[in-house]
Formats: sequence, C-alpha cells, structure tokens
Amino acid sequence: MAEEIILEVRNISKSFPGVRALSNVSLSIKRGEVHALVGENGAGKSTLMKILAGAYTKDSGEIILRGKPVEIESPAHAQSLGIAIIYQEFNLAPHLSAAANIFIGREPRSKFFNFIDNRRIRQDAQAIMSELGVDIDVSRPVRDLNVAQQQSTEIAKALSMNADLIIMDEPTSALAEAEVAVLFDVIRRLKAKGITFIYISHNLEEVFQISDRISVLRDGQLIGTNETAKLDAREVVRMMVGRTLDDMFPKPKVDIGGPLLEVKNLSRRGVIRDVSFTLHRGEILGIAGLLGAGRTELMRCIFGADRITSGEIWMEGKRVDIRSPRDAIAAGIGFVPEDRKQQGLFLSLAMRINASAVILPTLARWGLINRQQEKKLVSESIAALQIKTAGQEQIVRDLSGGNQQKVVLAKWLAIKPKVLILDDPTRGIDVGAKVAIHTLMGEFARQGVGIILISSELPEVLGMSDRIIVMDEGAICGEFSREEATHEKVMLAAAGNRAQREAV
Amino acid sequence: MAQKLSKPGSENSERTDTGERPGSLSSAAKNILAFKEGGILIVFLLACLVLSIVSPYFLTVDNLTNVVRQFSMTAIIAVGMTMVIITAGIDLSVGSIVGFTGCVVGWMLVDGYTVWFSIFIGLLLGTLVGFINGSLIVWIGLPPFIATLGTMGIARGLALVITRGYPIQPFPEDFLYIGQGYIGPIPVPVFIMLGVLILGHIFLSRTTYGRYLYCIGSNPTAARLSGINVRKILLMAYTITGFVSAISAVILIARLSSAQADNGTGWELDVIAATVIGGTSLAGGEGTIVGTLIGAAMMGVIRNALVLLRVSVYWQTVVIGLVIVAAVSLDVLRQRSKAI
Repeated sequence: MAEEIILEVRNISKSFPGVRALSNVSLSIKRGEVHALVGENGAGKSTLMKILAGAYTKDSGEIILRGKPVEIESPAHAQSLGIAIIYQEFNLAPHLSAAANIFIGREPRSKFFNFIDNRRIRQDAQAIMSELGVDIDVSRPVRDLNVAQQQSTEIAKALSMNADLIIMDEPTSALAEAEVAVLFDVIRRLKAKGITFIYISHNLEEVFQISDRISVLRDGQLIGTNETAKLDAREVVRMMVGRTLDDMFPKPKVDIGGPLLEVKNLSRRGVIRDVSFTLHRGEILGIAGLLGAGRTELMRCIFGADRITSGEIWMEGKRVDIRSPRDAIAAGIGFVPEDRKQQGLFLSLAMRINASAVILPTLARWGLINRQQEKKLVSESIAALQIKTAGQEQIVRDLSGGNQQKVVLAKWLAIKPKVLILDDPTRGIDVGAKVAIHTLMGEFARQGVGIILISSELPEVLGMSDRIIVMDEGAICGEFSREEATHEKVMLAAAGNRAQREAV
Repeated sequence: MAQKLSKPGSENSERTDTGERPGSLSSAAKNILAFKEGGILIVFLLACLVLSIVSPYFLTVDNLTNVVRQFSMTAIIAVGMTMVIITAGIDLSVGSIVGFTGCVVGWMLVDGYTVWFSIFIGLLLGTLVGFINGSLIVWIGLPPFIATLGTMGIARGLALVITRGYPIQPFPEDFLYIGQGYIGPIPVPVFIMLGVLILGHIFLSRTTYGRYLYCIGSNPTAARLSGINVRKILLMAYTITGFVSAISAVILIARLSSAQADNGTGWELDVIAATVIGGTSLAGGEGTIVGTLIGAAMMGVIRNALVLLRVSVYWQTVVIGLVIVAAVSLDVLRQRSKAI
C-alpha cells in the first residue's frame, strides 16, 4: 500500500473554560494503518477525537483530509467526509434490529409510497457482516446481542456510510479475550481493503498487538509518534506518564490472617450454583472468568443487591443475614461496582456528597448532618487517595475516570470496611491511576482488609491476587494460588467447560 | 493533567472569583448569579419592577398582602412537591388532597368537633393519602405519574361523596382566624408558610433524609448500592407532600369560610410550576426550598399581574399554561447544556 497520508492535523488547539485541552498538536495518519493514540485520562485523546468526529470545533489549527483542508462542522459533516467514530458506549437503539441500526437515518426506500425497504436493509446488512467475517443474525434486536456483536454492528454501520477512517474509542474495554481476537481479525481484514483506523486505548498489550504506529499525548501535547515495532511498553508508559513505572502491580507481602468472610453453598436460581469459598484477613482474592461467568452476580448476592435462593454467609465466624446492601454494609462489606457511572456515583452531585454517601449516618445526630465533620472527613479522603479535584464541591461528572473511581473508593473507605469487593476497578482508567489503585489495594490488604478483586484483565488478576478462583456458568470451576497460577492455566479453567460443549 | 489558564493581571489588582473588580455592579450581579437561585431571583425582581411601573396598585400594602397570602398556600404544598420532584417523581394528587381533606375538616367542624381535633384528623388524612401514594410507588412499583393520577381521582371523588356537591359551612370564628386573621400587619397564612418553609429547608439541606433525596434523584441505583433505604425515603417524600397539602387545605377553607368538593382543583399545576420555575429539575437531583419560594412568589406575581391588568379570567389559564411550558422548557434546555 502506498505510503499516503490520509489525514493530517496541524497545530490543533482547543480550550475549555479554565483548561487547555489541546496545545498545538500535530499528527499525520497514513492510509491503511492502525494508528494508536495513547495517553492518560485528561491527556487530550478524547478531545482530539471529538474534533475529528465533528462533536467539538477546534479553536485553532488545520485539518487536512486526503490532501485538502477541511473544517469539520458537525458529526453529520464528519460522516459525509468518510470519518466514522465508534464510542466506548455504543450509539445503538437497543430495541431495533442490528440491520435497522446499521442503516438508521439512511434507510433505503422502496418504490411503494417511499416506505422503508426492510428487505433491502436486511440484505445489505447481511452483506456487510459477511464482509467483516462476522456471523450475526442481523434481524435480532441489538439488546439481545452481546457486547462484541454490538460492536460489530457499530463497525458495520461505519462501513455502510463508506467511512474509510474509523476512530475507535476503548474498543476492547468490554470484550473478553476471545472477542478481542475476533475484533482484531476484523480490523486486519478492513485494513487490507485500505481502511484506516485510529485506535484509542489504555490497554498497551493490545495496542502493541494491533497497531502500526503509536502516538502519545500528555497534558494536551503530542509527546511523540513512532512505529510500534520500534517501541516497547516501558518507553510508551514513560512517554505517557513522564516517568518510569517500576511496577504496574505493586503487591506487598502481607501476612494473611484468619477467615474473615465465608460463603457456604450460595445459590441464586438460574445464576449462581452452590458457590463456597473463604476470604481471609489481608488476602486479595481474585475472581477470574469469562464474561457472563457469574462473577459480578455472585458479588451482588454477597452484597445483598440481589436475593439469594439458598446458602449462607458468615462474617468473622458469625452467620449474617444479608438481604439488602444496608445489611451488607452493617456487616462490614463494601462494594465498588463495575460500572461506576451507572452504579457507583451520583454524577450530578458534588464530590463531597458522593464521598460521604455511605458514612453519612455517623456524621449526623438526630438526622442533622454535622457539616464540619463531613468536610473534614472528605478532605482527609481526598488527601489519602490523592484525588485531583478543584475542591469538595466539584461535580463528579467533571472528573476524569481515574479520579471518579477514586471517589467511589473514598466513599467505601470512609466506613472502614472489613471486606472490600472491587468489580473491575481499573476499567477505562489510565495507567497512572491504575497503579495508584493497585497501590491502595495493597495498603488496605496490609491493614487487614479482605479484598475480592474481579477483573477481566488477566494480568491484573495474576499480578494482584494471593489466590485466584475461576468461575464459569455460575459455579466455581478452579482455584489457584499465586505461585501456581499462570495465564494459560487460568484461561483454560475459565473456558474449559465452554470449549468442551462447543466442540460437541 | 491539562494546564489551567492563568488570568492576566490577576497578581496585580484585586479581583473576585469571576474575574471582576470588586465593588462593580457586574461583580455584584455575578455573585448573585453564583447562587443557583440568583438567576430566578433577578427575573422575579425585574418582573416586580415592570409591574410596579405598569400598575400603580401593585406596590400597595393591600395588594402585596393579598398576593403573599395567595401564594402562601401554593408555597406550602410546593415544599413537599420540591422533595418529590428532586427524586425525579411527581405528585399530581395534591389539588385533590386539598379538596378532600378540606371537606373532611369542614364536615367535622360543622358536626361539632373541636377545631383542634378537626384539623388533626384533616392533617392525618392528608398524610395518609400521601402515604398511599408513596406505597403504590414503592411497593407496587407504579410510576409516580400514574399512582398520583389515580389518587387524584379517588380523593376528588371522595370529596364529592362527602359533600354531595354542596358547600360545607359555616365554621367557628376561632377556625376562620387561621385563614383570615393577622398577627400584626402580616396574615396568619404567611406565618404558617414561613414555618413550613423553614422546616422544609432544614429538612432538605441539613438532614440525612434530605441528602438522600438528592442522591436518589441523581442515581437511584447508586443510592441503593450505597446503602440508602430508597423505599423509606421515597415514602417519606410523598407522605410529607400529603401532609403539607392538608395544611394548605385548612388555610383555604378557613379563608373561604366554606369547604367545597372542588377546592384545590388545578392547584397541582401551580405547585409544579412554582417548583420548576424555582430551579427544581424534573429530571431529579436538584432543587432548593429557597428556589421554590421564589418560584411560588413568581407565580403569585404573575397571577396578580393578570388581575391588575384586567386580563379576562379565561385568558389567565392560558397565560399560566404558557408560563409552565416556558419554565419546563428552560429546565430542559439547562439540562441539555449540562450533558455536553
């Protein structure tokens, strides 16, 4: 493929009130390449991307697309220029079929009264899916498809708009390992046809697998661009963060104490089957498994968010009856949910309110909140977790992903839980914040807190856990100690049953 | 993280947080605007200014006393409505509760029960209807719109059943004092309103329950997962609304010296309008008692303007409807600009 530049941006700058998001960023993207854009949260990747997609307008600088200067005025304009963007949270109508979603807004019409030609929609959609090499029933409503299939639908949508520059924002954050492989296959296939990708991700492992070149942004500036083959992870992280990170997974050596939480024969009809395990003081217990294995569901049962149909939960040697999150909290269990925006935070409210939400009753006498005490407590939390914020009153929606997650942690730390359940705590968070959270986990473990860690990133589970439990289909199907666990063993255990069934 | 813009010259001269020189008019204005209610307060003051120019009767003691006494009943109910709307709910039954509890109190008074006992039963009933609203929403899971639409009809119907269409009267002098009396130059209803507002404000802004209302409105899922007893708090909000509606009912029938089944008809619109104008978003998660007070005052002034300007009664409903549409539209636009 000729080394043609499909897109060049020169000296792009963009500011928001009080914040300079991009300063004189210049980049060039070659046709047919997969160009990765990496950087910490707040580095400017999302801003640059949205400028290209027409969602924001640049303050200054030029965009040169296929050799001609353009002003991208709106998302529709960007689409007409052949630029498509696939956001982390998809833009799909859940109740409509995949085919309908692909052609939404541009439905082909039949000659009969200009009605929508559903047959053509289905046929054309099927054709695109075949081109992608993905096997989906395009007539099924999108909400029945899994995340990976929904993503394929978004890619198909982009293709149907004749986009030849596709921007993908954190495409793999919700995918299982096998599904990532399928996505990469699709990307390579499209690459061969001349489609260019801008790939934004925090997952450096994947970035190194799929990209041809990597550009690093930091604090709104381009730090450097280079061919992937000429870079290594340490170098990229150094460029992103401005310093070397010695250890992504700082797991301190902790003396593991006696049993803290015992789960005995826990079942929830249709979801969890006869699960038993013990968590010890100071222990980090990792739970691995494929998407849909029942890990989050199990934790929700333990936390009282969902009802148990049978089984017992014991804390510190005493049986506890947990029927609601309040009961779990009273027993000393905290839960950081996997979707911080939907389940963990009050986005429209101030940081102070978020951070004090669980501990509030102890800050109040006869219902009246002691403001002084609250402010003091929140200050201490901000300091302890090093949350970067403009103040306690800042609306949480305006914080970066990493800082938002820290607010959720602060909320739980305030009650000094005995057991802390973390469900995918570092998803969609930049490297610096990830390490900070891992360090905190180690700190809590050292203080005797029992930690349960669910993560879809196997390196994280392997790097942080003292013991790993593997789940599949709502039951435990394997257990490994830190010493004996390897990537392959855990993956095999997680996929074991499924592979056998599919082979039949 | 990205750099903050530095303000030129900020080291040399004193400026307020918004970059203005202190003491200037625009700095004062910006400070007021810094308060959430600042915007609506300015609009309200402007409206009063305009009206005082247009009509010589507006700024008279008589007129203003009337206006405040009028909107006090709306404001009292709006305290409850504010709490409900903060949770992203709604209560359409408040007008009917006013009618129903008013008729019950009236009936008991005429039947010879003491003033205190009659009022007590009325308040109890209002609270009970509110509790029923809350229960339908919390235990059965009915959408607030539907649940309160139902009680709206039921309560109004019961009022008709009690009165069979006839007005209930007369009431003892002692009772009438509540609606028609004065303490000094200020009507009694205004005192009751102030009492309810102050209690409402403390409840909403200083107690855990009030805090939880905002949390539930912002994200009910996160609220539950943070250990908040969402059911209990929602129940409380609707129950309180029923209670304050009954308070307004007592004031109303004392003022009119009679109780009729159609008392309070359409009041839910005024109350909701006052709440939304005051900055409480129908989407939930924000709103204050102070804002609601300004909203109620605004509605009162608008109604007063229509009367002073001799606008036909029929057009008045049109205007009020337009005001509601405008208020909610502004709310929607505000929410949209935040979502960027």
